[in-house]
Amino acid sequence: MSAALFEYTLRLGDDALIDGQRLSEWCGHGPFLEEDVGVANTALDLIGRARLLLAYAGTVEGKGRGEDDLAYTRDEREWRNVLITELPRGDFAFTTVRQFLLDAFNRQLYERLCLSLDATLAGIAGRAVKESEYHLRHTGEWVLRLGDGTRESNRRAQRALDDLWPYTAELFESDPVQEQMEAQGIAPATASLRAAWLHTVEPPLRSAQLMIPGNTWPQTGGRQGMHSEHMGFLLAEMQFVQRAYPGQAW
Amino acid sequence: MGKTNQHLPLWEVFIRSKRGLDHKHVGSLHAADAEQAMQYARDTYTRRSEGCSIWIVRSADIHASQAEDSASFFDPADDKVYRHPTFYDIPEDLKI
Repeated sequence: MSAALFEYTLRLGDDALIDGQRLSEWCGHGPFLEEDVGVANTALDLIGRARLLLAYAGTVEGKGRGEDDLAYTRDEREWRNVLITELPRGDFAFTTVRQFLLDAFNRQLYERLCLSLDATLAGIAGRAVKESEYHLRHTGEWVLRLGDGTRESNRRAQRALDDLWPYTAELFESDPVQEQMEAQGIAPATASLRAAWLHTVEPPLRSAQLMIPGNTWPQTGGRQGMHSEHMGFLLAEMQFVQRAYPGQAW
Repeated sequence: MGKTNQHLPLWEVFIRSKRGLDHKHVGSLHAADAEQAMQYARDTYTRRSEGCSIWIVRSADIHASQAEDSASFFDPADDKVYRHPTFYDIPEDLKI
């Protein structure tokens, strides 16, 4: 097994699952019925993506852990998702701006992962890039609607962007795992990814009358399992059934 | 769910299930504009591979026949069997 490939795949899977879990909290609470269905659709896409990635991580690890073991029996410190995904859903502007930033990231990341020398990741990416392209279209529209909408919607969207921006640096962090994956042609280079991401998010934010915060203090730690105080509560809810009834299956 | 819907226009959704078939009316939804209506139509009506093409039309742009016109519109067609081709006997020498 390749320890770095396991770690890298886990990062991708955890990002998708925790983002999907947070988004699914809107199911039944959307601002109106049509958007409720739309948000839940995106959440399901992300959870489906996480299943493929975690199943593959389990295969790479070779210790007999499946997607459910990785999703439901790992404790907080073993999770590798970036912090931005675990932040509480906040108001609709916060959820939408976060999803917009992540959709733009995923759109660029998975487009490059289609060319990965790891055939399984490239296959998963082929499907994911189409999903993220649609997600981005949906959240991009909403960012414009909120930012360039009413004074109140602009205020909320700007506040969300101010709060979220410091967490985006973590998406482009490099460490030995990332470097090894890049060297093997499995992962795209973070530097070019960041440039492409900025190029994707800046024009819509500008059109939406939203200002990108200047110097911010980057928030980091997720890749090392150092999570925010919100992560434990999220896991408690997500893992409850498997913790209470270990090994139960549908 | 808020009370937002009363401010959002209603749209009718038509889906073409396969190339070569017609668009069929599948339902309606609320959305602020055409782009949003298109996205909600995609999310609501095509998530189980129901279609390959979507049309959306503002419900307000549809002119519908009125129920009270039914008698004068449709009833007169009921007793005009000669408007159906099956009413006519086809001459022997035309038959294949």
